[in-house]
Amino acid sequence: MAATPLLELSGIDKSFGPVQVLHDVGLSVYPGEVTALVGDNGAGKSTLVKCVSGIYTIDSGTVTFDGNPVAVHSPRDASALGIEVVYQDLALCDNLDIVQNMFLGREKKRGIVLDEPTMEQMAGDTLASLSVRTVKSLRQLVASLSGGQRQTVAIAKAVLWNSRVVILDEPTAALGVAQTAQVLELVRRLADNGLGVVLISHNMNDVFAVSDRIAALYLGRMAAQVKTTDVTHSQVVELITAGRSGNIGLPPEKPSDFGGEIVDITPGGEQ
Amino acid sequence: MTTTTTTTAGGVKVVKPTVGSHLNDYWGRVRGGDLGTLPAVLGLVVLALIFGIARDTFFSSLNFANLFSQGAQYIFIAMGLVFVLLLGEIDLSAGFASGVCGAIMAILLTNHGWDWYTAIPAAMATGIVIGFVLGFLVAKFGIPSFVVTLAAFLAFQGILLKLLSGGKNISITDSFTLKLANSNLSVSLSWIFAIAAVVIYAGVQLNRVRTRLARGLVTDPIGIVAMRIGVLALIVLVTTALLTQERSINPVLNSVKGVPIVAPIIVVFLVIWTFVLGSTTYGRHVYAVGGNTEAARRAGIPVDRIRISVFVIGSFMASIGGILAVSRANSVDPNTGGSNILLYSVGAAVIGGTSLFGGKGKAINAVIGGAVITVIDNGMGLMGYTAGTKYIVTGLILLVAASVDALARRRAASTGNR
Repeated sequence: MAATPLLELSGIDKSFGPVQVLHDVGLSVYPGEVTALVGDNGAGKSTLVKCVSGIYTIDSGTVTFDGNPVAVHSPRDASALGIEVVYQDLALCDNLDIVQNMFLGREKKRGIVLDEPTMEQMAGDTLASLSVRTVKSLRQLVASLSGGQRQTVAIAKAVLWNSRVVILDEPTAALGVAQTAQVLELVRRLADNGLGVVLISHNMNDVFAVSDRIAALYLGRMAAQVKTTDVTHSQVVELITAGRSGNIGLPPEKPSDFGGEIVDITPGGEQ
Repeated sequence: MTTTTTTTAGGVKVVKPTVGSHLNDYWGRVRGGDLGTLPAVLGLVVLALIFGIARDTFFSSLNFANLFSQGAQYIFIAMGLVFVLLLGEIDLSAGFASGVCGAIMAILLTNHGWDWYTAIPAAMATGIVIGFVLGFLVAKFGIPSFVVTLAAFLAFQGILLKLLSGGKNISITDSFTLKLANSNLSVSLSWIFAIAAVVIYAGVQLNRVRTRLARGLVTDPIGIVAMRIGVLALIVLVTTALLTQERSINPVLNSVKGVPIVAPIIVVFLVIWTFVLGSTTYGRHVYAVGGNTEAARRAGIPVDRIRISVFVIGSFMASIGGILAVSRANSVDPNTGGSNILLYSVGAAVIGGTSLFGGKGKAINAVIGGAVITVIDNGMGLMGYTAGTKYIVTGLILLVAASVDALARRRAASTGNR
């Protein structure tokens, strides 16, 4: 695959008040590959994604997109670059149909009138390019879709705009076995279409099923970025839980990592 | 059931719509809790039959014509409330807002000698300002609309009393303003209007089918389109035929026939708001904010501005309701827009199928629901029931409509059809 990353983050720091959530994080996303972003709860996965998508601004570090340094200050900047995020809650309106949801906020118009035929056409083309052939009608309300179909609509909404990087936040968390398989297949297809895909997941089976690379976050640091074929299941689990596994991962912790200040957290130690 | 499939844009396979599958889908949605206007239409038919059988006068063309001017105020306020309800908000002050706007028009016309073409826009502008203030308080300060509009309900009642210097009755004599609610179109104009309405509706429907077919998209089956046009034509033409009958008690002295002027005014606003909700970006965004505010915000929709705008539309429509109420009564008094008017209007919107929970509703709901409310009010009056009984029955019907809404919503949630 391509040697240059489509999206490259390096040295990203992010603090909320006194709490530093991201320390010197680097991440590379390659076109045509699925990069799995893994990490325990609170490792900083969501924060990192929100930094990339412009919801949070980074404190320091650089973002390089397609070889050029860029500044992402708002979700609009991210969309303009072609970075789309599919959030875990999908952000779909149940009372609108598939086409209406896909174009929400970016409707096509002819004069002041909504151009429904064009939107329907584009939505149909996009769904077809993702090999979706399972809807009853493009005008079906999202409320009547299954979980997997909703996920598909949310993903289709993200790729509709010729986006180049799609970030998926736990796309299979709420799905059954069959639907999970469908969505993973769709994720794979996105990458095969040449997009850079970031898959956030807790599920090791999903990660190993579709990803080309794995990036493991541990307590706000990037523990390791490895090729999926180079690691085993248990090594990734160690990276997530301990930050290192054998000779890959973060160096052993030193007291200096805590700014020289050693805090006694032994239970009952205060009395 | 066997279904044939067809391909639509991009080659996505979808169920080929036939008249049967279309009706089947509709029935499926109804069973799944998406009732729409169905209960209101059924209710209207049943009520009309009951009252018609009990009192011959109910179906007389004189009474039929009366229904329009009687129901106009509810329908207009309800049309505005549909927008407010679409966001899951409520406007309890709409009744007295219509009173205040009506009073401003009457005072400008009578006490200050303004012409109708300045006084009526002034009343409408008052409505817009009221709506902006209400919407601003709700959207920017985050005060629940229930509280804001309840406070406004009380305050507007006071403003109305002050405007009328302690409760005096102000009469209007301006002939144009009086005509709005009390006169009829000439018979020929009535027919021109009716036929134009049917032709335009048919044109719009057929044009949609044509453009979609040209783009290779799935269309509603032609049988369904023909049925829609046929039903509308039947209703419009029968109504016009009834209303163009002589209905004066003494035709020699004073001939009364033709469609009441309020009917086309209702139709014009119905068309405008249906267009705004169904075919513009703004309307789409109103539904989106009502359906999932967070999703709308992430899609870059200015949620606060949408929230303010629905209150502006709500109070603007209330001002038109007020203008027509003053026109119908020939005067304004401290109770214009008061007593049961607000609850009848909320009832009209909800009975017509607008959800109190937001995200679901159309302008037509206000008209059909308003017709139900008016028929109840009118029919029970003809049967000689007292105001007490009328209030109780209308209250019960509102309760039934709200229960249907809530139960339908629960059913919809359980069938995954919310």
